[in-house]
Amino acid sequence: MLGMSANSVSYNEQGSVESGVDAAQENSSIPGSFSSDLKEMLESNKESLKLEAMKRIVGLIAKGKNASELFPAVVKNVASKNIELKKLVYVYLVRYAEEQQDLALLSISTFQRALKDPNQLIRASALRVLSSIRVPIIVPIMMLAIKEAATDLSPYVRKTAAHAIQKLYSLDPDQKEHLIEVIEKLLKDKSTLVAGSVVMAFEEVCPDRIDLIHKNYRKLCNLLVDVEEWGQVVIIHMLTRYARTQFVSPWREDAMFDENNEKAFYDSEEERKVEQTKPYIMDPDHRLLLRNTKPLLQSRNTAVVMAVSQLYWHLAPKHELSIITKSLVRLLRSHREVQYVVLQNIATMSIQRKGMFEPFMKSFYVRSTDATHIKTLKLEILTNLANEANISTILREFQTYVKSQDKAFAAATIQAIGRCATNISEVTDTCLNGLVLLLSNRDETVVAESVVVIKKLLQTQPSQHSDIIKHMAKLFDNITVPMARASILWLMGEYCEHVPKIAPDVLRKMAKTFTNEEDIVKLQIVNLAAKLYLTNSKQTKLLTQYILNLGKYDQNYDIRDRTRFIRQLIVPNEKSGALSKYARRILMAPKPAPVLQSAFKDRDRFQLGTLSHTLNSQASGYLELSDWPAVAPDQSVRNVEVVKEAGAPALRKSKTAKSNEKFYSDSEEEEEEEEEGSSSEGSSSSSSEESVSESESEENSDDSNKSSSSQSEKSSSESDSEKKKKTLKNKKLQQQKPDILIITYLPPQIMQKTLLLIIMTKYILIHIVLSISTQFFVNCMCSLLHLCVFLACQFDVVSWHVHVSLQASSPVFVPETSHELLHRMTGKGLSAQYRFTRQPCIYGNSMVSLQLTLSNSSDQALENIHISEKSSTGQNIHRFNAIERLEPQASVTVSMGVDFNDSTQAANFQLCTKEDEFSVSIQPAVGELLLPITMSEADFTKEQGKLMGMNESSATITMTPENVSSQSVNRKVVSVANIGVIPSSQENIYRFAGKTVSSGSLVLVSVALKDPDAVITINTEKTVIGSMLLRQFKTALTNSCP
Amino acid sequence: MPNHPVPVPSSVLAALKNKTIHLSAAKMIHSLFLVNASGDIFLEKHWKSVVSRSVCDYFFEALERATEPENVPPVIPTPHHYLINVLRHRIYFVAVIQSEVPPLFVIEFLHRVVDTFQDYFGVCTEAAIKDNVVVVYELLEEMLDNGFPLATESNILKELIKPPTILRTVVNTITGSTNVGEQLPTGQLSVVPWRRTGVKYTNNEAYFDVIEEIDAIIDKSGSTITAEIQGVIDACVKLTGMPDLTLSFMNPRLLDDVSFHPCVRFKRWEAERILSFIPPDGNFRLLSYHVSSQNLVAIPVYVKHNISFREGSSQGRFELTLGPKQTMGKAVESVLVSSQLPRGVLNANLNPSQGTYTFDPVTKLLSWDVGKINPQKLPSLKGSMSLQAGASKPDENPTINIQFKIQQLAISGLKVNRLDMYGEKYKPFKGIKYMTKAGKFQVRT
Repeated sequence: MLGMSANSVSYNEQGSVESGVDAAQENSSIPGSFSSDLKEMLESNKESLKLEAMKRIVGLIAKGKNASELFPAVVKNVASKNIELKKLVYVYLVRYAEEQQDLALLSISTFQRALKDPNQLIRASALRVLSSIRVPIIVPIMMLAIKEAATDLSPYVRKTAAHAIQKLYSLDPDQKEHLIEVIEKLLKDKSTLVAGSVVMAFEEVCPDRIDLIHKNYRKLCNLLVDVEEWGQVVIIHMLTRYARTQFVSPWREDAMFDENNEKAFYDSEEERKVEQTKPYIMDPDHRLLLRNTKPLLQSRNTAVVMAVSQLYWHLAPKHELSIITKSLVRLLRSHREVQYVVLQNIATMSIQRKGMFEPFMKSFYVRSTDATHIKTLKLEILTNLANEANISTILREFQTYVKSQDKAFAAATIQAIGRCATNISEVTDTCLNGLVLLLSNRDETVVAESVVVIKKLLQTQPSQHSDIIKHMAKLFDNITVPMARASILWLMGEYCEHVPKIAPDVLRKMAKTFTNEEDIVKLQIVNLAAKLYLTNSKQTKLLTQYILNLGKYDQNYDIRDRTRFIRQLIVPNEKSGALSKYARRILMAPKPAPVLQSAFKDRDRFQLGTLSHTLNSQASGYLELSDWPAVAPDQSVRNVEVVKEAGAPALRKSKTAKSNEKFYSDSEEEEEEEEEGSSSEGSSSSSSEESVSESESEENSDDSNKSSSSQSEKSSSESDSEKKKKTLKNKKLQQQKPDILIITYLPPQIMQKTLLLIIMTKYILIHIVLSISTQFFVNCMCSLLHLCVFLACQFDVVSWHVHVSLQASSPVFVPETSHELLHRMTGKGLSAQYRFTRQPCIYGNSMVSLQLTLSNSSDQALENIHISEKSSTGQNIHRFNAIERLEPQASVTVSMGVDFNDSTQAANFQLCTKEDEFSVSIQPAVGELLLPITMSEADFTKEQGKLMGMNESSATITMTPENVSSQSVNRKVVSVANIGVIPSSQENIYRFAGKTVSSGSLVLVSVALKDPDAVITINTEKTVIGSMLLRQFKTALTNSCP
Repeated sequence: MPNHPVPVPSSVLAALKNKTIHLSAAKMIHSLFLVNASGDIFLEKHWKSVVSRSVCDYFFEALERATEPENVPPVIPTPHHYLINVLRHRIYFVAVIQSEVPPLFVIEFLHRVVDTFQDYFGVCTEAAIKDNVVVVYELLEEMLDNGFPLATESNILKELIKPPTILRTVVNTITGSTNVGEQLPTGQLSVVPWRRTGVKYTNNEAYFDVIEEIDAIIDKSGSTITAEIQGVIDACVKLTGMPDLTLSFMNPRLLDDVSFHPCVRFKRWEAERILSFIPPDGNFRLLSYHVSSQNLVAIPVYVKHNISFREGSSQGRFELTLGPKQTMGKAVESVLVSSQLPRGVLNANLNPSQGTYTFDPVTKLLSWDVGKINPQKLPSLKGSMSLQAGASKPDENPTINIQFKIQQLAISGLKVNRLDMYGEKYKPFKGIKYMTKAGKFQVRT
């Protein structure tokens, strides 16, 4: 454990600035006695003591104390059965693994084992922790785990895989290419669970690979409403960037940045359209994005609302923008921090498009309780919104603000008044008068700010305002703020001709106080002196020389420079010559009036809603929004080939029509990809089996060479268990079907120990690639593997224990076939098909979930399609909500639930339209009355033992040769009945488990192959169901065609 | 341990280290620090590599510059990181970000964290967080994975981690059992992720509170400058199984702008103006809405005030009278008046006709707890203020903030028509309550 302290310093630093302090602080570790207490508690046999110790350790971590020395004691508990203890160990492990890399490796095997657990949540949790351990050595293991998880049947595990991609990428950017492959695969995923996470990974790893999005674009648009809210934000931002590269601009040239024409633009949209020479037609995909994001403006999540708003801002035609206004204004009711960000974005928007927010002007009125930065932002927006029509209201409001107790805010208001005055010429005089009144305000900051603003205003029309300049000269003595004094002096000098009597007097006063003034004031005194010298040298010649002499010896070199320059310029002597002739023209040149602009003027260079926009500087990792392409790139790249499914030709069409209407992500999509997953799973596992046979033979040969030496190397304490292990080893070798073992570049000592380790710990996967083979590393690995071996023995017994006895799992296989409910001939144009979704029904626990596709093949619209209230057979039916209107040739899919009461008796009911009633019936296949469950093999055998005798039915059949493989048996069985596959340790016995939907009785199925015969056994309390199932399995497994 | 690992030479370490450092700028939330009112970090949590707490120095600088706690800018850039903070319950939640991320994403998440703490511990104070540090850590661990939000639905979290109750704490200490749910979070997998599965109650009940807040600014002369109504419908639903509820309004047109809990079916609302949803279990906010600003907002109270300072005198006059107005016959209750008096005011000597008042000479905050307004005998607060001797009269007049409640009234006139339940057979007990409150209700003087 020697190398660790060095490790801890080198791994936890991020920026060099912080590292020094960091090390000092982190080392404020816990006192030794306390830590040994904790160690003792962790090593005790009592679960409660261990838990208590872990709780204390987490408390230490939370306080920022260093608890890394407890690592070995903690990591031993990684496989604890106590869930809370285990979770706390994870917290610890993830926190310190980076600093204690070698020891962290000890925990890896536990996670690898859990990655194969039949329970999806355990697989996911294992992947989550495994990928959070930031130890570079396990990169290959992580990579394999991610690849595997990306093809998992459970969408939740695939979601976790997407998260793990980012973690691996930040650990080792060299894996980029492999990770992109995984991302590409996951982008195709149709589950709403996965979508947000994989797009996040995409943004992280390869945001420039826009080409990966094409085929998934429409799917992402359609899934968007059903994705969880955080994922929505990420997807919307990504799609905004995508759309800017793929579609042409919906803004006509004149519409953008054209404030003046805006009014006309809003009023006469229709006319403008006619005027246009080349009509713009929006790409339907562009429209799809706008349409599908719009409902999200109603989200409760402010980040989602902001994301949609910025999408509309950057992508929507300008006349459609107004829909985002209300939602943005609504966000202003939220927390202070939310207001801050939203107001900043509104400020940027309101510069370009006043019209959007003008009706909501009053929402930006300042309240005395607002924080200062909120007040200033509101002020900014009000100023942006000011126009001839509303300026009087705004100015009245501003008058209240000027009186605010918050002086910083009052000063900002004065600036705002100044801006209004320059922008709207009608009110310039009013504003100026108001500001002059403020000059007598008691507060210094207010007066100073007024002076500065007045100075700017006067520059626009000085001749009319000599009164104001005189007034300011009178106030001069009372003003102490340097900026204000400097401003008045500048005004005096610039317009000295308007105040010929007062200016020299002011200069006289200034000559007296020159040495005590601030630098900016001194500079203006020199300026004033020079200007007066040129216009009125009779009165001011001596004063000027006096001031120039003072300036010559000033401490500040700027002032000395300026003095020297002015002297040369205005006092004619032989050296200056020609230049002094132009002195007057140089100094008294008419100066353009300053333009008062919004501070948000140039913020629109950043995408709205981003961190960069908020900071007004580019944050690291900011992705520039590209300009619209001049010509639209190929649209067909987004087309997706439609796979025709047998038996359900109408389904496709109805689905696309429906996808916008649904709100809950319905099961259909999930099922589809489950099926997809399973088929790809099939192919991948077969290929891996091949590689296994190779590696296994390798392993055997290696093993036989090395086993003797390895055994002799082992410590004596282990020797007594030697024999046992050897038998164990042989057994394991037989079982280790899916193991993949890739060891390259490993020195022999390590190799042999690794092999041993694998055998002993049931290692599912070990993949260690080492390119460095320095001597020390070999030593390291040796001792490490020793440790592993030792600990693995202890860990071997423990496993993840969870209560899964009757837990429903997702269906393994969902048939696509639909059955006819009502033919269009009998239904007078209305036809109906149903299929079993095999999902748990959301309407009731005892119901079977059904999906009904209703199509109208007549040429008239059908109205009020519903299921009549009276049911003839007494089953409990959850009816779908009445369909008000079904257009000709349209179809709609609805879901319903039927409680078949665990019998195959058909459910008869009346399907009604406005005019007609049709009697229909649904006859369920016995396999559809079940739901799959997961359980361990041991539980299965136990339960099977309880259901013997009467409850068991079995049959022997002769298998057709093509059915003998494990895949085909599995497939046949799960296609007949909705049951789950139980992992089996025996090669020729397949086990399946399910429960009946209504009563929840267990149904256990096992198929034992005895070439060429097979014995099917079904154990269930529901003997009728059992015998019916048996008959169906017999037909399925003896039938040769798939 | 049979053997000690040999120390790793520095060259290899450097190679590994470089790898960690030039790692891509990982997105989303890197670390979280909780800072109390006195500027101490009392909790830290890292989702990726550890970021030293010294990064908070930039935050403390901003805190020092800010005149009020609320004035700390929510987003603070530092050389290597960005700090995004929210202030709730006098605790700063400071998130450390490394690269571009929508700031609202982080802010919204931090507020969810606070809401969750409040939900779990009843209050969100430093003491509560410190007492429950393990639960806090477990929650934070579930809420974010690698800095990306994972489970933020309260229903899912409660399935994973049970909220501490006094009883459970006692039982846990005796039996050594745990807070962590034995079950796995199946909710995360379902199509209705906000609802727990297998919910059972003996008394099935659903309560809905329609709460409206009036935001208004009233000017000196008593005329309304701006007024709007923001409403929410908070629900407490304890129903067995998977109930499917619909809620309809008598006058849905009133609702101008709405935002929904994810459970509400948006299309149904668009088409029929009916709220149709499978509710989460327990307390949740179903809907927030804005009442269209075209409608005139009834202002339920009026204020007569006379606050004046005379030039040259060290005394000021203070008179305030409250009265009801447009209350639809309902009583105005829990009235609380507060005002930030000018800095020059040293003390106030006032006489309330009812209730009690306090004046804090340090913060200059005057607050008057009025209670219920009796229309026959209007409450008033009269007296004098003493000013700093020699100081000139303050040129600003204070703003008066008013809080009040009116029971059994939704000031906009919104009325729930009916609540129906489908999907389950039992008959639930249903209740609707209305209330009007003052939001940001200010009177300028």
